[in-house]
Amino acid sequence: MSGSGDNPAPQAAAVVVGRYGDPQPVVRVVNLVKRFGDRTILDGVNLEVYPAETMVIMGGSGCGKSTLLRHMIGSVWPDEGRVELFGQDTSQLDPWQLDEVRRRFGILFQSGALFNSMTVGDNVALPLREHTDLDDDTIEIMVRMKLELVGLRYAAGLMPAEISGGMKKRAGLARAIALDPEILFYDEPSAGLDPVTSAEIDQLMMDLAGKLGVASVVVTHEMDSAFRIADRMAMLEQGRMLKVAPRGEFEKLRDSEPTGDETADLMRQFLRGDPDGPITNRRMKGGYEQDILAAAEGRSSHSR
Amino acid sequence: MSEAQRSNPVRILGAGLLGGAEYVGGMAILLARALQRAALGLFTSREKFSGASLAQQVVRLGVKSLPIVALVQVFIGVILALQMTPPLELYGQEKQISSIIGVAGFRMLGPIITAVVLSGFAGASIAAEIGTMVVAEEIEAMEAMAINPVRFLVVPRLLATVVATVLLSVVADLMIAFGGYLTARLVLGPAVYTDYWRLMREMLVYKDFYTGLIMAAVFGVLVSLIACHEGLKVRGGAEGVGRATTMTVVNSIVAIIVAACIFTVIFYVYEL
Repeated sequence: MSGSGDNPAPQAAAVVVGRYGDPQPVVRVVNLVKRFGDRTILDGVNLEVYPAETMVIMGGSGCGKSTLLRHMIGSVWPDEGRVELFGQDTSQLDPWQLDEVRRRFGILFQSGALFNSMTVGDNVALPLREHTDLDDDTIEIMVRMKLELVGLRYAAGLMPAEISGGMKKRAGLARAIALDPEILFYDEPSAGLDPVTSAEIDQLMMDLAGKLGVASVVVTHEMDSAFRIADRMAMLEQGRMLKVAPRGEFEKLRDSEPTGDETADLMRQFLRGDPDGPITNRRMKGGYEQDILAAAEGRSSHSR
Repeated sequence: MSEAQRSNPVRILGAGLLGGAEYVGGMAILLARALQRAALGLFTSREKFSGASLAQQVVRLGVKSLPIVALVQVFIGVILALQMTPPLELYGQEKQISSIIGVAGFRMLGPIITAVVLSGFAGASIAAEIGTMVVAEEIEAMEAMAINPVRFLVVPRLLATVVATVLLSVVADLMIAFGGYLTARLVLGPAVYTDYWRLMREMLVYKDFYTGLIMAAVFGVLVSLIACHEGLKVRGGAEGVGRATTMTVVNSIVAIIVAACIFTVIFYVYEL
């Protein structure tokens, strides 16, 4: 199985072949460039995600990983390059074709993004009511099954305001799997959760991937979680894709000693969570002290 | 840009006109999308149309605002009767107060005051609801689930507000007339109330009634469209939601008055 240059395909055959034996990537990002005003958020990003694998996209705050995720789900459009889902360039699809593609994936947002005017059960039922012709009784059974999968059997009648953050994530996940998607996208699934609940969510994600055979794309900067769930990992830094590789390679990099190679040392610092290293040095060289002095001088000249 | 350039009156005027054109254009696009989705939902199987959702919105926006609309319109009738009777008495025409109340109420005040009340009661509520959904990523979640926010949120609210405004205008017309009669009965005396209903019936023509309902429908479109537009373009968290609700009420009132002016010219100057 071949992959693009610095985006090697997964090694294990079980990860490569999807639910229907399809070896083609379900998500492909090709030379993606995105700018907001003068700022380049994504700068020539390439990435492929294969059926049934869990791809973790990681990077520091502001590196562009959430923007990359939003390109994949069709919320944001590239300035250059393209995003393909199931082999289709999403920017070339009309709204109805794009909706057909969207029905094949689910997404768990950082805050859960439950609809606050509906109960947990109605939230999970919504995709079924909107996209199927199933009767209410069948929908109710399916809702209970999805809630059972995420451990929320008794929460169907509760409103989002009545449940905890961890339960909201589970409910959001139940909604994301309502239509038995082929891909699940997760935007910072552990954000705001305590370590135990975070580990429970990770386990849930792994269980779902195993039971449903879905491809998972997880955006996170929680390294414990990332190393727990990933088949392959991708590291973004300031809008550029530094490395895409199987989890084992990142584990080796994390556990190795600094070599003087700035890119490798930068990734190592991030993987270990070290306070000192190329990332910190770059921030200190970023003119912060000069900015503070300039601001102070500006105030001094105004007060004369 | 220098301070002098920023305060240039031509620039300020141009920016205002461009901003207004952008606003109106944005609403026009939203209306076109809503009508497209509504038509697809009603006449094809390409979109789902929820009658239950429409009914729920009619109850929420219309039925629940009935008491306040009725109360306000009764007081409008009272005010009209009290204010207009003294000048009419100078010419011995105080009997005609019911004709004036009928024409003013059915043609204009019923629909206008109803729409203004709904802009606060329903419009602000819609803008706040949708704006909060934008801030909480619910709209983005909806789109990612292949549920079109215009079809799911805007269409039921647009249709419900139109239905509510028209039906409430009928109630408003009656309540204005009743308010005037109550005033005549309790304050103004038999000279005014004796032939109150007969004179009102003789003065009113069918055109007074249906033009009022046409205006009510248009006002309903304006209120809901402005509310949905403001809600969907919320940015900046709670402050943005607050700004959206305020601008919904302000812009709705301006739009209602301007539309009423245009309709007056169309129906009663050019008599179309």
